[in-house]
Amino acid sequence: MSTNAATATEARAARPGRVVGLSLTYVLLVALVVVFLGPIVFIILNSFKQKFSISSNPFAIPVGDMWAGFSNYITGLTKQNFLEAIGWSFFITVTSVLVIVFFCAMMAYYITRVKTWWTSALYYLLVFSMVIPFQMVMFPTVKLADMLSLSNPLGMVVLYLGFGAGLSVFIFSGFVKSIPVEIEEAAYIDGCSPVQTYFQVVFPILKPVAITVAILNAMWVWNDYLLPYLVIGLSTRFKTIPVVVQQFVGSNGNRDMGTMMAMLVLAVIPIVIFYLFAQKHIIEGVVAGSVKG
Amino acid sequence: MKNLKRIVALAAAATLAVGSLAACGNDQGGADGEGSVYFLNWKPESEETYGEIAKKYTEETGVEVKVVTAASGTYESTLQAEMTKSDAPTLFQINGPVGLMSWQDYAADLTDTAFAKDLSDPGLALKGSDGKVYGVPLAVEGFGIIYNDAIMRDYFALDGAKAASMDEINNFAKLKEVADDMQARKADLGIDGAFAATSLATGEAWRYQTHLFNTSLYYEYQADGITDTDALKWTFNEEFKNIFDLYLTDSTVEKTLAPSKTVTDSMAEFATGKAAFVQNGNWAWSQISGVEGNTVAEEDIKFLPIYTGHQGEEKMGINVGTEAFMAVNKEASEADQKATIDFINWLFSNETGMKYVTEDLGFIAPFKAFGDNTPSDPLAKEINRYISNPDLTAVPWVFGTMPSSKFKDDFAQLLAQYASGNVEWSAVVDGVVENWATEKASIGG
Amino acid sequence: MQRSLKRYFPLFVLPTSVAFLIAFLAPFVIGLYLSFTKFTTITNAQWVGLQNYQRALEPKDGFLGSFWFTILVVIASVITVNVFAFAIAKLLTQKLRGTNVFRTIYFMPNLIGGIVLGYTWQSMINAVLANYGTTLVADWKYGYIGLIILVNWQQVGYMMVIYIAGLQNVPTELNEAAAIDGAGKWQTLWSVTIPMIMPTITICLFLTLSSSFKMFDQNLALTDGAPMDKTQMVALNIVKTMFSQVGRQGVGQAKAVLFVIVVVAIALIQLRATRSREVEA
Repeated sequence: MSTNAATATEARAARPGRVVGLSLTYVLLVALVVVFLGPIVFIILNSFKQKFSISSNPFAIPVGDMWAGFSNYITGLTKQNFLEAIGWSFFITVTSVLVIVFFCAMMAYYITRVKTWWTSALYYLLVFSMVIPFQMVMFPTVKLADMLSLSNPLGMVVLYLGFGAGLSVFIFSGFVKSIPVEIEEAAYIDGCSPVQTYFQVVFPILKPVAITVAILNAMWVWNDYLLPYLVIGLSTRFKTIPVVVQQFVGSNGNRDMGTMMAMLVLAVIPIVIFYLFAQKHIIEGVVAGSVKG
Repeated sequence: MKNLKRIVALAAAATLAVGSLAACGNDQGGADGEGSVYFLNWKPESEETYGEIAKKYTEETGVEVKVVTAASGTYESTLQAEMTKSDAPTLFQINGPVGLMSWQDYAADLTDTAFAKDLSDPGLALKGSDGKVYGVPLAVEGFGIIYNDAIMRDYFALDGAKAASMDEINNFAKLKEVADDMQARKADLGIDGAFAATSLATGEAWRYQTHLFNTSLYYEYQADGITDTDALKWTFNEEFKNIFDLYLTDSTVEKTLAPSKTVTDSMAEFATGKAAFVQNGNWAWSQISGVEGNTVAEEDIKFLPIYTGHQGEEKMGINVGTEAFMAVNKEASEADQKATIDFINWLFSNETGMKYVTEDLGFIAPFKAFGDNTPSDPLAKEINRYISNPDLTAVPWVFGTMPSSKFKDDFAQLLAQYASGNVEWSAVVDGVVENWATEKASIGG
Repeated sequence: MQRSLKRYFPLFVLPTSVAFLIAFLAPFVIGLYLSFTKFTTITNAQWVGLQNYQRALEPKDGFLGSFWFTILVVIASVITVNVFAFAIAKLLTQKLRGTNVFRTIYFMPNLIGGIVLGYTWQSMINAVLANYGTTLVADWKYGYIGLIILVNWQQVGYMMVIYIAGLQNVPTELNEAAAIDGAGKWQTLWSVTIPMIMPTITICLFLTLSSSFKMFDQNLALTDGAPMDKTQMVALNIVKTMFSQVGRQGVGQAKAVLFVIVVVAIALIQLRATRSREVEA
């Protein structure tokens, strides 16, 4: 793809001054690694510290008195049904992401291919929803979810589909626009119905962008706090990880940062693993998706 | 069966058949006609105990009790969301007269309930403008300056100590003399400062903008013969400044760093013996005892009144009062309301219930039924010692009249700016007086 | 073909539309209605007309002030995030060894979210400032810069990925042609690369714009508006009106409506402006 960059680099590398330039680039890249990973390392270090040492020696490596071992992790794991929360977070995230990808891709395909006043109105409404702060709709959403008996993990999936539709349809339809209509027309001529055409011809082409949409939504749903807290986190037993982590803040300023950071580390591990597996595709997906924007 | 219900509900929702749905909801709640209790609790650290209490109560009476705890600092928004649900809280908490203004529409009249009549002091009840009781406190709490007696004994033993015993410290001048001297000789005492850090980080300054301010507020109301005001004068701001300056200067940290300190930080300093004094309340006991490497002995934890230089403060006790008032949701069904009242009565008059209150929740319950039963922690005992001392007058809590949490937040920011050296004290006073008027005026719209 | 697809509306469009209606559209309309009422919970709303809007716009309320700060944050973060993301993307499209590893690492901060992260940044920044005897809230500029740093840390990796995608699709021939014509590096960048990736720039600007306008968690955790509400963004101001003041939920809702109008207007202007450059290109 970027052979131009490659040949240019090679050509430049041949000149003596370029070696210096190249190593400078690497120094810069490594410095950026420090910048981006620094805070993450900070969280991991402090999750092993006594809570008092976190504020008195925030940057120190936890040794000696500061070392808390796994006590922060143990407190967190035992106190708040953390394991159960991992289960619900998994269930809600995985189901929501599958549902979002499946239905939003279909919708994006439909409203890009079928041009009527209401499909474009729908498209603009979805884009509009991306800029609305959640607080604007917070109470009505909670009330409606309660009225419609959506205060359960499957109901959350419906809500996430509604909230995730904006960005997901936006990305998908940008990509659908770039697929030549001729491919689909060929399928029609072969006797495929629109549904068959979509599932056998279009969806496979959408796969890379679907993975991107999946990752973006997975990150959001997994980390989301306010919606699950208000809809299911309180009065039901379906607590998700962010809801449980927030419960470590006591009243009267009893904020247990050590445990909170330990839980943050635990909460992030699954999503990091998922990302490492999928990261090759996210690049491909976005590459493919942005051909036409 | 439950799963089936959910799937049905989901399918129905997807086709937006709103009408047919009401029946599918509510898999919680007791049997019809019997009533059940849903308590929205605001103290996260009491969550587990309330869970046990609920279980026990259900065992004994068969009535279902659900306890839900709002995340710290989100009680208002949580309550607003929960109240709109079909399964709304039947028992919730109001934080005083201002809170009652928000929730008047939902608070049932509790005047004739047994627990309201059992209050050891009827004046503690939260009354509406119509004189009826809408809120009943569940605990008496107290705050003052907590000190570590062991460090004080060390200090009194030093040559040229400014006092010989705690009894001599009964006004601000003496307290300042002693604290200044302790600060100067902190190396000898093995401490980092006389007072633990003044926690002025965002969301952490309530010990000053609410609690310390209570003393100013109380004396102003006393002087003017009122119980609330739309136009605060902050007559006694100099006294507030006296003690606040002392906290900042005789401290474990530079005062410009105070805006980065949290309550957890200062409590940890006190618990590990790095500071001799810290202003806080009896709830802090669990925080002190819970710090790893805690060195302060249980019998050495004592209260001192917050001396500010007010005239006649030698006769002043610590600040004692109530903040959390129980209210019953008037919109709940008759059966649920009755079940809720029965539950409260049980908790505060039944043998088993009372045991939970005193021993597990650690509350000093303000009801006659409790007699002299109080929790066994050192700070609760100290509160009793002060209350029962006939020579001292406690400062009651009047901070429930503060206009809004926005007022408190703005106050906290002013104090942080003052500590950072960015504004003069007069600017703090002007800001507080002005914000009080603005916020009082904007209540309700 | 369009016509035969059209019949499949219930399958393709209905599920998402219904969810969108429940989660967003209906609540949005209810929210609009609530902005004209006085309410504690949404079930006891009483109509008060335009009163909430009047209250929201009163100068001493601080709502307008929070708008200015929001705009300052949006401008700085949109510019810095996009410039850094583009620069890093440019570095990583040079076919160096190990670019994949770097990409993966730079994207990592996106995986973490929530308020705890904000508290972590607060303690990190305060620990650094303690060396100079000061704190995050001593001066609004510290909070401002802290917020911009935090946003950059979180978003640069994400935008970088999108820019990499855009850059990889610039045809090689164009750059070579420019080089033959004797164009310098900057000239090539300005008159060949940037016009070619204008669609990518449009997306990135839109995403950074909408996310920085809505920013809440970071603002709350880092400064909570201190000092003196000078670092308070609009979302935080709205939430505080609803929950930190007594009986002003309706005013908060009215503020949210005003906010939406402004954000939509700005987003439309931005999309129009960048789209027009795409056409030129």
